[in-house]
Amino acid sequence: MTKLGQWLCGLALLGSAWAALALAPPGLQLPAPLRQALLPLPLYLLVAFGCYSLATVGYRLATFNDCEEAAAELQEHISAARADLRRRGLRF
Amino acid sequence: MAAGGTDKFSVLLPTYNERENLPLVVWLLVRTFQESGNNFEIIIIDDGSPDGTQEVAEQLEGIYGSDKIIVREVISVLFSSGTAYIHGMKHATGNFIVIMDADLSHHVSLYFIKQKEGNFDIVSGTRYKGNGGVHGWDLKRKLISRGANFITQVLLRPGASDLTGSFRLYRKEVLQKLMEKCVSKGYVFQMEMIVRARQLGYTIGEVPISFVDRVYGESKLGGNEIVSFLKGLLTLFATT
Repeated sequence: MTKLGQWLCGLALLGSAWAALALAPPGLQLPAPLRQALLPLPLYLLVAFGCYSLATVGYRLATFNDCEEAAAELQEHISAARADLRRRGLRF
Repeated sequence: MAAGGTDKFSVLLPTYNERENLPLVVWLLVRTFQESGNNFEIIIIDDGSPDGTQEVAEQLEGIYGSDKIIVREVISVLFSSGTAYIHGMKHATGNFIVIMDADLSHHVSLYFIKQKEGNFDIVSGTRYKGNGGVHGWDLKRKLISRGANFITQVLLRPGASDLTGSFRLYRKEVLQKLMEKCVSKGYVFQMEMIVRARQLGYTIGEVPISFVDRVYGESKLGGNEIVSFLKGLLTLFATT
């Protein structure tokens, strides 16, 4: 199954569970306060996910390594390379 | 497998207008491999560069020997990484294939090669873990990179932390199998390789790499790139 397929199945499952419990006709035995709490749940979850995303990306952005040493080392390598290649006869 | 035993590494270098960087990359690769004692070859696949890249490549072949440097020119309207790798693999005699860019953005390191000792099918360089990282990136570029990677992780759950880096090591037969299965173009192709590799049950090891912004030349990350990235991502989401 594709990732899209998995998402659709998951959403269908959760969606129907939510609909059955929160929007239920009086046939199902769930007390009214509970049903009222369940009603905005999808929206809450979406907002929570949004906050989680922002926090995660923000954290990862802040901890993104800056490779100063690697850059300096690369410059050294480049000088060494150019000198050696010139010695071996490379015409740049 | 003992280090420096019967393993041979074939490095595939697709090039387009890399006249400045190519000799430096080759020199670094040669030195790294000689230090590690591993048998290697470097296959340069040039896309008909107008700046004389091929001529420089042939000079390098003269300097290092044509058993170590193999130069091929491919002139193709549809040149992409995929085309370059297909052509490159035809000439590869190694049992491990290293794929990297010729623009000096990947810091060639010995550590990377040694990691294949973990017996992984694929070793992938990552900028996002360990002491991997970048140099010369402004905040905006870092934000886009992390944001795009986050979306990718959520949608594709690929089991690898960096999908768009293209510094990778593959076992030859693994790469051949993946090339048959992957259909995307450009760097989305790189992403698809990892996703499909996971689906096929291949093991993927990760090694931190330093991505130093292009020493010569311009790197572009504009609106167009972002849009095409999202399109590619959604296509993978829907098809893998």
